[in-house]
Amino acid sequence: MGQQTTLYQKHLDAGAKIVDFAGWDMPINYGSQIEEHKQVRTAAGVFDVSHMTVVDVSGEDAEKYLRYLLANDVAKLDEEGRALYSAMLNHDGNVLDDLIVYRMSFGYRVVVNCATRGKDLRWMIQNTDGFRVSVQERPRLAILAVHGPDSIEKVCEVVAEDDAKKIRALGNFRGIELDRWFVARTGYTGEKGVEFIFPANEAPDLWDRLLAVGIKPIGLGARDTLRLEAGMNLYGHDMDESTSPLAANMEQTIAYEPEEREFIGKPALIAHKQLRDAGELPELVGLVLDGRGVLREGQKVITDKGEGVITSGSFSPTLKHSIALARIPINSEYCEVDLRGTLTPVRIVKPNFVRFGKKVFD
Amino acid sequence: MSNIPDDLKYVSTHEWIRVNDDGTATIGISDHAQDALGDIVFVELPEPGSSVNAKDEVAVVESVKAASDIYSPVSGEIIAVNDALVDAPEVVNSSPYENGWFFKMKVTDEAELQELLDADSYSDHCDDE
Repeated sequence: MGQQTTLYQKHLDAGAKIVDFAGWDMPINYGSQIEEHKQVRTAAGVFDVSHMTVVDVSGEDAEKYLRYLLANDVAKLDEEGRALYSAMLNHDGNVLDDLIVYRMSFGYRVVVNCATRGKDLRWMIQNTDGFRVSVQERPRLAILAVHGPDSIEKVCEVVAEDDAKKIRALGNFRGIELDRWFVARTGYTGEKGVEFIFPANEAPDLWDRLLAVGIKPIGLGARDTLRLEAGMNLYGHDMDESTSPLAANMEQTIAYEPEEREFIGKPALIAHKQLRDAGELPELVGLVLDGRGVLREGQKVITDKGEGVITSGSFSPTLKHSIALARIPINSEYCEVDLRGTLTPVRIVKPNFVRFGKKVFD
Repeated sequence: MSNIPDDLKYVSTHEWIRVNDDGTATIGISDHAQDALGDIVFVELPEPGSSVNAKDEVAVVESVKAASDIYSPVSGEIIAVNDALVDAPEVVNSSPYENGWFFKMKVTDEAELQELLDADSYSDHCDDE
């Protein structure tokens, strides 16, 4: 038996099929992954992602420390509640993890992946040398993500009227502290929605209230196909410690300006840029298979410029054909995938397939 | 718990086979198999008229999660395939033993039927996996 969130019994009650996810017993689906996927694209669904790791950073050097630790620049967070997506790089300029950082009243809140929890905490603590900063994991917090076109309206039906007003007023990538709760307009689906980060012992009650207004439980299976359609990377699949963010479609999340800011991995990234300009660094692209069959992680890709590999692939329930993310030689124009022994032509597109329920590539 | 009808025979690779009154046999995948695969999105069927041997790969089923080969439980000739699955592969999930059948065969060696698993043995096999 693995670790369980405070919603484990609620998952069983909802008919969940439970799988091991990085040591946690988590719901992969509650019957049909495809139905759950469609529920989020057309209405609203709730995901229990309490297995993710919440780390609070406070102290007078908190900003200075995070500006050194992260490739994106927390100085952009000019108001409390604002959120930023960033890579955390190692000294080789490769991706240790990807994360969301929120500016909070007490400092900053960082949400990192569950599978990388140990190494992330060690790295974060190891790099506090010289900074007056406190780095504290918050294991007793639950995270519920509610996403879909109807999500905000539904959520507002189950919270106090004053809170509903504040949640409705939130812009994308902005959050608000409501007593011991934090509510933010962030997520991993390509739909609008909110994430609640709040005391884990209060999670079963909120779960019941969300389900009572017609929000459906969504498993990690649909979470994966939703994020893939939205072209969002999954750590350990689309990038890892051996991958430059420049080879993982993450360059727009690196803050090279202001030039005087030093951050971990910056000197190595400059070298990666030179490699890329020489055509020697691969890039992460989207692939589309218009015919039958399913692109899968690990399948070999052959292009006019050399070989590559699929890093995430699945059937797209919204588009009704297969899509994938793949790392291939830069500027490839033509591409085939080894599909169970048959070389099959696929189209190369920008790695972004579906936003707000609609196809977004040509 | 998955549904394992008593009147069918099974293979350890999770196909079922029903011997019909006219001596032909119908083949599909078990409830356990469809549940393990999850939502099925594509099915590739064999060519009607082709001759196959027991344990040949004759069809493919792809779910959101994985691709899986379907093996012929016995030797014989493919006499019909369930074309409805091409446009509605999800029927394999909702009705694995009835509307979700894959193909029908003329069995050439009836002795091979004796080597298949009955419902109890197949149930034990699923528990062991």
